[in-house]
Amino acid sequence: MTELTAQPGQDEPAPMPDLLYSEAEEDLRAAVRALLADRADAPGVIARVESGTPYDPRLWKALAADIGAAGLLVPEKLGGQGATYREAAVVLEELGRSVAPVPYLTSSVVATETLLALAARDGAVVELLGELAAGRRTAALAVPFSAPAADEAQPASAVTGRLEGTITGVADAATADVLLVPTTDGLYAVETAADGVTVEPLVALDLTRPLATVVLHGAAGVLIADASSAVPAVRRGLLVGAGLLASEQLGIAEWCLTETVRYTRERRQFNRPVGSFQALKHRMAQLWLEIVSARAAARHAAGRLAADGPEALLAVAVAQAYCSGVAVHAAEECVQLHGGIGMTWEHPAHLYLKRAKADSIAYGTAGRHREVIAELVDLPAP
Amino acid sequence: MTAPVDAGEVRRLTRELLASHPPATTDRTGFLKARFDAGLAWVHYPAGLGGLDAPRTLQQIVDTELADAGAPDNDPRRIGIGLGMAAPTILRYGTDEQKRRFLRPLWVGEEVWCQLFSEPGAGSDLAALGTRAVRDAGGEWVVDGQKVWTSSAHVARWAILIARTDPDLPKHRGISYFICDMADPGVEVRPLRQITGEAEFNEVFLTGVRIPDSRRLGPVGDGWKVAQTTLMNERVSIGGARIPREGGMIGTAARTWRGRPELRTHDLHQRLLTLWVEAEVARLSGERLRQQLMAGQPGPEGSAMKLAFARLNQQISGLEVELLGDEGLLYSDWTMSRPELVDFTGRDAGYRYLRSKGNSIEGGTTEVLLNIVAERVLGLPSEPRNDKDIAWKDLSR
Ligand SMILES: Cc1cc2nc3c(=O)[nH]c(=O)nc-3n(C[C@H](O)[C@H](O)[C@H](O)COP(=O)(O)OP(=O)(O)OC[C@H]3O[C@@H](n4cnc5c(N)ncnc54)[C@H](O)[C@@H]3O)c2cc1C
Repeated sequence: MTELTAQPGQDEPAPMPDLLYSEAEEDLRAAVRALLADRADAPGVIARVESGTPYDPRLWKALAADIGAAGLLVPEKLGGQGATYREAAVVLEELGRSVAPVPYLTSSVVATETLLALAARDGAVVELLGELAAGRRTAALAVPFSAPAADEAQPASAVTGRLEGTITGVADAATADVLLVPTTDGLYAVETAADGVTVEPLVALDLTRPLATVVLHGAAGVLIADASSAVPAVRRGLLVGAGLLASEQLGIAEWCLTETVRYTRERRQFNRPVGSFQALKHRMAQLWLEIVSARAAARHAAGRLAADGPEALLAVAVAQAYCSGVAVHAAEECVQLHGGIGMTWEHPAHLYLKRAKADSIAYGTAGRHREVIAELVDLPAP
Repeated sequence: MTAPVDAGEVRRLTRELLASHPPATTDRTGFLKARFDAGLAWVHYPAGLGGLDAPRTLQQIVDTELADAGAPDNDPRRIGIGLGMAAPTILRYGTDEQKRRFLRPLWVGEEVWCQLFSEPGAGSDLAALGTRAVRDAGGEWVVDGQKVWTSSAHVARWAILIARTDPDLPKHRGISYFICDMADPGVEVRPLRQITGEAEFNEVFLTGVRIPDSRRLGPVGDGWKVAQTTLMNERVSIGGARIPREGGMIGTAARTWRGRPELRTHDLHQRLLTLWVEAEVARLSGERLRQQLMAGQPGPEGSAMKLAFARLNQQISGLEVELLGDEGLLYSDWTMSRPELVDFTGRDAGYRYLRSKGNSIEGGTTEVLLNIVAERVLGLPSEPRNDKDIAWKDLSR
């Protein structure tokens, strides 16, 4: 047998991050949870998604500006909170738990992180970052929601001074004020209201995170980064998106298990609570085990993102390869163990199933992330 | 009042021990005894019993300093049952005299312990056990019965034993807990050959075994409660040590994959990667559990770890046998032997595959642990029971 080429078998070079929650994080969680309970309860979310405009500007203002969630990743000197990925991850856990339709992941995480990676000190980028951090505007990175960071960030549109092209399946594009468009020239900031920009809403599987096709036809934009800095910045934005998405998936899974336990304790058949049947208890206990593991993986990814290196890449890939399956499993069990009521439109279980399934494709599938792992830890395919 | 022991004091005591007993020139047992007497065996234990009444979290300092200095350890794997189960139970329920008599040789490894709990008729339903302990006129207990699956009974000096002292009470209430002398002439240990070909566990026949009342742990009839301490510690004893990436069985499988490109197939690749991710995530959960313990917030995650590792070990070793193909068809040696400890990584894949089947049975089956998670962690209702208020002797067997 040959010796290892990677470092597996030894402990990581950097110290293991804190995988627990700090008191400040628990406070933030409590604030976000209270807000969501108030403004985004299940019947409210269902009513909103049916109205065709799931996005609730008042909820967004309260979350983004009043609680200050939008600026968590942005340094204080740029108008943000200067917090870490761990706090943002806690916000996402709560958003997963409520499947609230807010552009947090797309604007406050992915678009914001892409802009931050440009390391601009002044000008349009800094100005936009300040606006995003304050929750006054939102931005969306104009790539398909399914695009993994590991892919070469493919320029979705060509440029001839004006932008031309079509990008399908862009999450939260319809509500964004600004699109960040990667091109062969570099990264452009394009106002969605500008001439030559059409955002065509799609009918999405996940009702709570709208997708749209962005059509650019001679649209004007501001070049905010040349190609050489745009590519790594987009990749970083997508990497952080994938890493923190794991926390949203954790929140989804937790809600599904909690609700299923609650329901099966009360629901009676055969003269006893259905939750007393072992066949069901074991399935719920199994989900609990998966959630315990998903939490460790998601916290680890959030902790590792602070450093930009192979450890972060691996931690994110591991979290995505694991957590997306857990969220889908929990949501599928939630529907099944609720019986007929789980199949209804009225019960919120479907919102979670749709979100979980869509999330399992977002920012790269589990299989795609396993390919990344194979490369990082030297377990090559045949 | 003396100041509470802090990290600085623990470090100072550790260095003092190393100075007075240089590992290079001190014999193994001598060093371990000195370490126990210095209170550095398990720092959270009481002073005089191998500890310093210090926070458990400070043990790391001792372990790291001693490992760096090349000091011998007490081979926790060999004394696992004593360390993980007998010791915490004796500490909690033992008399001062019992603590002084048993803890030091247990920790040093001079005396190995085994656990006489399971019986042919009482496994998962442990409280159904039928081994009888009857008090004679002189106040001594006379024990008769049969135990089974007793790991290490062939090398053990002492055993923790539960026996029925009142068959007229419902099953959980008529049990008492004893320390049994394995050298007693009434104790007969017969090897029980297992799936791997070797005999790691045993049948133990108890015939007129005399146990003085001074070797009872806890009140008469309260043995089930005492046993809960043992069983809880059995399930939690995992999680203390830091595991490096690829530290467990996945490491062996990954090394085979890297070293033997000719064995690779696409199907095996997919499965290996999935298990690699699960092993890494289990390791991270273990790390999170460790951080919780250090922060003084022990959670129910310990049982999650046992369940996860049992499944992972089985799946990884199964994959490994398949990966090896022609070699996987072979087995190292079926000769009956009597190992002192289980060594997963030093053996071949076939052994690992077979032995890991026990991981989901020993220490509580996966099914029983899932019941515990469902009821105690998730709060799901228990199944209807028909054995709670009936005298043990009237239960159907
Ligand atoms: C390698 C090894 C070492 C061991 N070492 C020791 C030792 O040192 N000392 C000792 O005392 N014991 C020891 N044991 C015994 C072990 O604790 C028992 O085997 C175990 O508790 C299961 O009991 P059983 O074998 O009687 O199986 P049973 O209880 O008969 O179980 C049979 C099957 O039924 C399932 N089952 C039982 N009850 C339920 C339920 N309520 N719900 C759902 N499923 C259920 C079980 O999960 C299992 O699949 C060892 C076992 C092994 C395999």
